[in-house]
Amino acid sequence: MNRQSNLYTIIYSTILVIVVGVVLSVVYQALRPQQLENMANDTKRQILASARIIPSEGQTISDLYSSHIKDSYIVNNKGQKIDSDKDPFGINVALEVKKPADERLLPVFECTTDNGLKYIVPVYGAGLWGPIWGYLAFDSNGDTIYGAYFAHQGETPGLGAEIEKPQFCDQFEGKDIFSKSGEFLSVSVVKVGKEPADKAWVHAISGGTITSQGVEKMLFNSLEPYSAFFLNLLAGTPETDMTVSEPVPTFESTETAEVELNSVEP
Amino acid sequence: MNVNKSLLPLVNPLSKDNPVIVQVLGICSALAVTAKLEPALVMTISVTAVLALANVIISLLRNTIPTSIRIIVQLVVVAALVVIVDQVLKAWNYEVSKALSVFIGLIITNCIIMGRLEAFAMSNRPWASFLDGIGNGLGYGIILVIVAFFRELLGSGTLLGCQIIPQWCYEHGYQNNGMMILPPMALITAACIIWVHRSRNKDLQE
Repeated sequence: MNRQSNLYTIIYSTILVIVVGVVLSVVYQALRPQQLENMANDTKRQILASARIIPSEGQTISDLYSSHIKDSYIVNNKGQKIDSDKDPFGINVALEVKKPADERLLPVFECTTDNGLKYIVPVYGAGLWGPIWGYLAFDSNGDTIYGAYFAHQGETPGLGAEIEKPQFCDQFEGKDIFSKSGEFLSVSVVKVGKEPADKAWVHAISGGTITSQGVEKMLFNSLEPYSAFFLNLLAGTPETDMTVSEPVPTFESTETAEVELNSVEP
Repeated sequence: MNVNKSLLPLVNPLSKDNPVIVQVLGICSALAVTAKLEPALVMTISVTAVLALANVIISLLRNTIPTSIRIIVQLVVVAALVVIVDQVLKAWNYEVSKALSVFIGLIITNCIIMGRLEAFAMSNRPWASFLDGIGNGLGYGIILVIVAFFRELLGSGTLLGCQIIPQWCYEHGYQNNGMMILPPMALITAACIIWVHRSRNKDLQE
């Protein structure tokens, strides 16, 4: 057959495409279960990393996860548990942060550690080149950060990408996200020398300014809807280093703050 | 250098006919993955694997491919291989696949691969094409690793993530050169390599 003829070319390309298509779908189908398991395990690893639980040699992530994460549920921005058939683990945080605050499904993971019960919540935002996300573990007072884990898709290596390093994440340990009067403040990410006096802060990454600002925004936007949930925890814990004796004024004030915020942030 | 003639496709691309510093191909990815040594190493392995396999497949098909769509056929084969590499990494080595993320997909656009398929595999037998693929992959990798070595050492003070520049240097005022992390320094480093290479190989000078 003439290799330059149109018929030959069409038949050749058709066969080629069919063969390649079949090969790719077989590979995809064959590897899919393993890939899904890897992704789930990776999420579990990230959740545990925020509570500073690192698997040691020979431990599988899923065993470690089921032994530490005893309960998980979904709350709304008024701090009430939502009865939903959705799995908190399967919630796509990237989609939730785009919704208005009162429609968000907010997953909470209860983690038992050697240092008591911790509440782990996901955060999600934007860095310089792409999404950044993470998990924050809170002490049972709902105020103090016990540990943080951040990850990114494609921040600049050596600059913005440093947010995933312990040097950055470990700074969050022990920071309080509420003021003494129970107002939600989040944690600021600031340059050396610009530390605010009235709220918790960590040092930004030098050279990674936009990613650092992204972390600050992400924390505020993602944690703010949880304020009511955390304040409930705070009100329920008698022994804290904070003055909760004053009536907790917060629900109105946080909600107004929320409205203002939403008008600023599209 | 006296080497067996059949091994020439393997040896030539390492220096005399290096894809990056002599043919000046694949510069774009050499710039993107060389801020750290580790992604440079994994990129070398991935490109070598894809290039060797694609070379063999195209070489086997070379007498059947219609000339008018040969570039499309090459592209389909390369794209399929890259997708398979990506899928396999995701299933078997999720950590590495996460670290490389978009770079794996970008292998498709690496000019070296299309260049070798068109210039070599289309007119040579499978075994020679295989050697040519390995040789060019490694020739590309050598430059990547050299560039990444200097960029990571001078830019972050580390190699493969381990601290190399001792702490007392920093205490005496030494600072990591942030410029080295940025893409332009990859080109300048590659240009220095070309300079050294040309001055040692007079026959390459124009």
